[in-house]
Amino acid sequence: MRKVAIIGTGHTDFGFNSPKTGLELFCDAATEAMAEANVQSKDIQALYCGNGLSDFSEGQIMIQSYIADSLGCRNIPATRFEAACSSATVAIRDAYMWVASGFYDIVLVGGTEKATAMGTALATRTFAMGTDARYEFPAGLTFPGFFGLLANLYASKYNVPFERLRRQMSLVSVQSHSYGVNNPHAQFKKEITVDKVEKAFMVASPLTLLDCCPFSDGAAALVIASEEKAKELCDTPIYIAGVGQASSGMLSSQYKDIPRLKARDISVKQAYDMAGVGPQDIDVCELHDCFSIASIIAAESLGFAEFGKGGQLWENEETRIGGKIPINISGGLKSKGHPIGATGASQTVEIVKQLRGELTSQKRQVEGAKVGLVDTLGGDGIICNLILKKEEK
Amino acid sequence: MEYPLPFEKYNNALKNNTLLGLTCRQCRKITCPPQMACRECASFDLEITELGGTGTIQTYTIIYVAAENRENEVPYVIVLVELEEGPWIMGELCAINPDEVGADIIGKSVKMGNRVFPGDKYSNGEAARPAFYLGD
Ligand SMILES: [Zn+2]
Repeated sequence: MRKVAIIGTGHTDFGFNSPKTGLELFCDAATEAMAEANVQSKDIQALYCGNGLSDFSEGQIMIQSYIADSLGCRNIPATRFEAACSSATVAIRDAYMWVASGFYDIVLVGGTEKATAMGTALATRTFAMGTDARYEFPAGLTFPGFFGLLANLYASKYNVPFERLRRQMSLVSVQSHSYGVNNPHAQFKKEITVDKVEKAFMVASPLTLLDCCPFSDGAAALVIASEEKAKELCDTPIYIAGVGQASSGMLSSQYKDIPRLKARDISVKQAYDMAGVGPQDIDVCELHDCFSIASIIAAESLGFAEFGKGGQLWENEETRIGGKIPINISGGLKSKGHPIGATGASQTVEIVKQLRGELTSQKRQVEGAKVGLVDTLGGDGIICNLILKKEEK
Repeated sequence: MEYPLPFEKYNNALKNNTLLGLTCRQCRKITCPPQMACRECASFDLEITELGGTGTIQTYTIIYVAAENRENEVPYVIVLVELEEGPWIMGELCAINPDEVGADIIGKSVKMGNRVFPGDKYSNGEAARPAFYLGD
């Protein structure tokens, strides 16, 4: 396996009701990434595109093929990755492997989504397609419901008084918004308070609207290259040092492990082992905060806190810049937005920028960050993790 | 090899308030909802078995924002129930005022009936779900 680097990044604004199509959003992000990487359409050997719901939101399947053609990458193999909210991270892992294997030298990878055009009811329905259609959706399960079940189970299994967990969850959302204010691409650039989170209307108890990430439109993309090409084209290649991926069955089938998601334990161990690092070596992390409780659950499996104690990281401000493990300095899915097929690429773009040290002007730079972790969850149990490293000079 | 307990058979039984699962001939553990392989040991050597439909609530959520065409169902309570035979199953908690449901229902005993989701334009037809009722 060869070393593989990220040499270009692109990211659209995330938001409501984008006037652009999913294809157009992807092209905006992709051309930004290609310009940054000093590559042209003819240099791209394959396209890997995360996309969850363009079938429903735009009446479009095989969007990846039309994207490649529109970009002038004529006739290259183009593949769509559907892994619900983890689609783009799974796409990046595959793109990584095709380059690492020596089959390709330069590929384009990313994700795009247009969720808001569906409206809340259809969007809720389609997001719930990431639950078991025959055995769990009939009970009325929605995505917030999935994490509502886990939040109440968390409090009961770990004996965390509900009021304390409630406040910890609120602190997660409050922190995300406080950093989102400084992210020019964020959907919400507005501070919120613990009080506002707790008084917002209930979506799926105990989760209120402000415990939940929004429906979003947007895209993000990256150019990935072999070490040799990366050194030719780029002064600050960021290496993909470790990757992991795992899957699970329906929520009830995970009864021996929940509220922890075993797929995450397995996936992140693969990534840590491959990169030769552990949780203590991670300087900055973007994790999958689709719901506030999801951040707490994720931080524990990623190794940043003991099980049942993840919320204390937010209580003690350990997740802020300057803390033990800065988490979601982008604003996270909660504040930055969550265009599901694009989210993993967006998280990865953020980590690349952190490792390159490019976020000082946005007041979001984790000084001296050298190793970063990406964590993305799809549906009720696809997890994909990436560990990125800056080359020591 | 044929799927040991197809949805159609499971669903027809559930509509008659009978919960079917699978007993593993290798490790004797129960799998429910049905799968191709035993949850415990991944063996395909499974036989259909009738479960009691009683268990205890392990967690719950009250849904206030529903999926398209299910808006008229809110608010409703979803529970994960640990069946007496071991596995957990998802269902709806019925005959209770959702506004009065709190963490004290965790650990309570329930017995099972069923309600049928008639299906929507995206689902492959109807599907019964366990409807749980408090009390032994
Ligand atoms: Zn078995």
